[in-house]
Amino acid sequence: MTGLNAIELEDVVKEYLSHGEVVQAVKGVTLDIAEGEFFSLLGPSGCGKTTTMRMIAGFEEPTKGLVKLHGQDVTNVPPNKRDVNMVFQSYALFPHMSVWDNVAFGLKQKKTPQDEIKRRVGEMLEIVDLTGREKRRPREMSGGQQQRVALARALVNRPRALLLDEPLGALDLKLRQAMQIELKRIQREVGITFVYVTHDQSEALTMSDRIAVMNDGLVEQLASPREIYERPATGFVAGFIGTSNLLTGTAVGGVLKVGDSRVLVPGHDGDVTVTVRPEKIAIGTEEPAPEMSVVRGTVTEVVYLGTYNSYAVRLSDSTDGTVITVFQQNAHDATATAERGDSVWLSWQARHSYVIGS
Amino acid sequence: MRTRGRLGDRLLHAYTWLIIVWLSSPIAVMILFGFNDKKSKSNTTWQGFTLRWYTELFDISDLTVALRNTLVIALVSTVITVVIGTMLGIALGRHRFRGAGATNFLVFAAISTPELVMGASLLSLFVSGNVPRDANTIIIAHVLFSLSFVVVTVRARVVGLDPSLEEAARDLGATAWGTFRQVTLPSIMPGVLAGAMLSFALSIDDYVVTSFVNGSTVTFPLWIVGAVKTGIPPQVNVMGTLIFGVGVLIAIASAVASRRRA
Repeated sequence: MTGLNAIELEDVVKEYLSHGEVVQAVKGVTLDIAEGEFFSLLGPSGCGKTTTMRMIAGFEEPTKGLVKLHGQDVTNVPPNKRDVNMVFQSYALFPHMSVWDNVAFGLKQKKTPQDEIKRRVGEMLEIVDLTGREKRRPREMSGGQQQRVALARALVNRPRALLLDEPLGALDLKLRQAMQIELKRIQREVGITFVYVTHDQSEALTMSDRIAVMNDGLVEQLASPREIYERPATGFVAGFIGTSNLLTGTAVGGVLKVGDSRVLVPGHDGDVTVTVRPEKIAIGTEEPAPEMSVVRGTVTEVVYLGTYNSYAVRLSDSTDGTVITVFQQNAHDATATAERGDSVWLSWQARHSYVIGS
Repeated sequence: MRTRGRLGDRLLHAYTWLIIVWLSSPIAVMILFGFNDKKSKSNTTWQGFTLRWYTELFDISDLTVALRNTLVIALVSTVITVVIGTMLGIALGRHRFRGAGATNFLVFAAISTPELVMGASLLSLFVSGNVPRDANTIIIAHVLFSLSFVVVTVRARVVGLDPSLEEAARDLGATAWGTFRQVTLPSIMPGVLAGAMLSFALSIDDYVVTSFVNGSTVTFPLWIVGAVKTGIPPQVNVMGTLIFGVGVLIAIASAVASRRRA
């Protein structure tokens, strides 16, 4: 909104010395996170997402590269002088302090006047729905409540950005889903940039404005959740986000052809890898229209999953026995279109398959 | 089965009481003979009840001096021990550094060294260094043998401390010192206090090491051992009773505090 990005990383590298060997946890990450954005760093454990966040917070110093907050270089600024706050995975609530003192901690460090501390802490506890529990100790509260105290303790300082390190990891599924909605509401209410570290792809997809998918110390793709799901840039992203089918082969004139199968890849030639999501594929026993991408196969497994059926189909025209997963919505009736052992046609529109690497 | 169970229960009861009596009888005797209206030189046979020794508690002037020496030495050495021991405990519990292994080893070596050896070697160190033996050398010696206990209790707390607590404090704007004062120290306080009490208790009744390095300074335990031949006056029992009473009060207070915390 001001034109400046809340957070910028410029070719940030972090190396560790582990048992005498140099290990690169982050291998050169460049990111711009906009003011007010809900930004997720998503990846498997060990991908460097937490290290990246800790460099933004100031707990780790980059080996190379720059960290900028609101256009200002803070690469060598200690964490207590950075205008960002963090919500820790373990919450890190001070056990010897009441909820009130936990939330007031940051304001006290900045020598904020007493009456302002009182007002802001009170307001913040209201936002996180903990009014009336000011005198409790953290250990007397449930996981979800502790989570909200941690959130209030960070947000009360009105940081330029809030960093959240797998904040919902310790909660059970129901509570986690409730907190996801809660987090989005709070973020809208306070309008602060959120940087969210998670390994849970569905969490990242539901909450984020943009996602950086990280793998092995690098950003594989940086885009909106829709873009990342619909148009994965690499095989890793396609595999990590949701379920994905990968088809490889040699394209001639924009068509990957094997036997009766034809996968349309307009504009591509040579060896290609194509990805297509299971829910985009139609399954049937009659030959589909010619403008569709089509493959033939035999059903090897049908799994009833409530809202949809999942089919595993072994391609008959593939030499390496590729298995394609197909989701079919249970929209009309619960009977499956095909049974195990049936020979079927799979088809999808050309725009639903993406070439992710040649 | 039931009779055997009942017999076992009874045996366990008897055994438990036996242990309690065995543990507390010396204390009971000490307290009792503080009230003994003794006429002879020795205070070993019961001769009737009196409160005389409580009113004449400080009438033996060199015993009073010895008790005061002991309390001052215990206090000073405990303060020094707690400060150094806490720093060492935090360093060993939190950080990996060159020499950490050696320091850990020394901490245990100090605990396991026989007091006789420690006293003799300290004496030869002081003599060869031409250090005059007085209350200061006693304090140095007491710091030396209690340090390890503070290190061990503090380190145990530090190891159990979530490092992200301190990071959270830094993140919320606290300086390094502010983090230590507001987060680290309160979190490890039980360990620090336990170490302090151990260190005070070790200092107050040490005889062996003190006897090597005291020079002409006399402490409470040294005075008592010196008085054994001529007979220990009942004032010693009274002083022992009072010290024990303070200890019991501290124990009760800490039990109450920890129950309130829970």
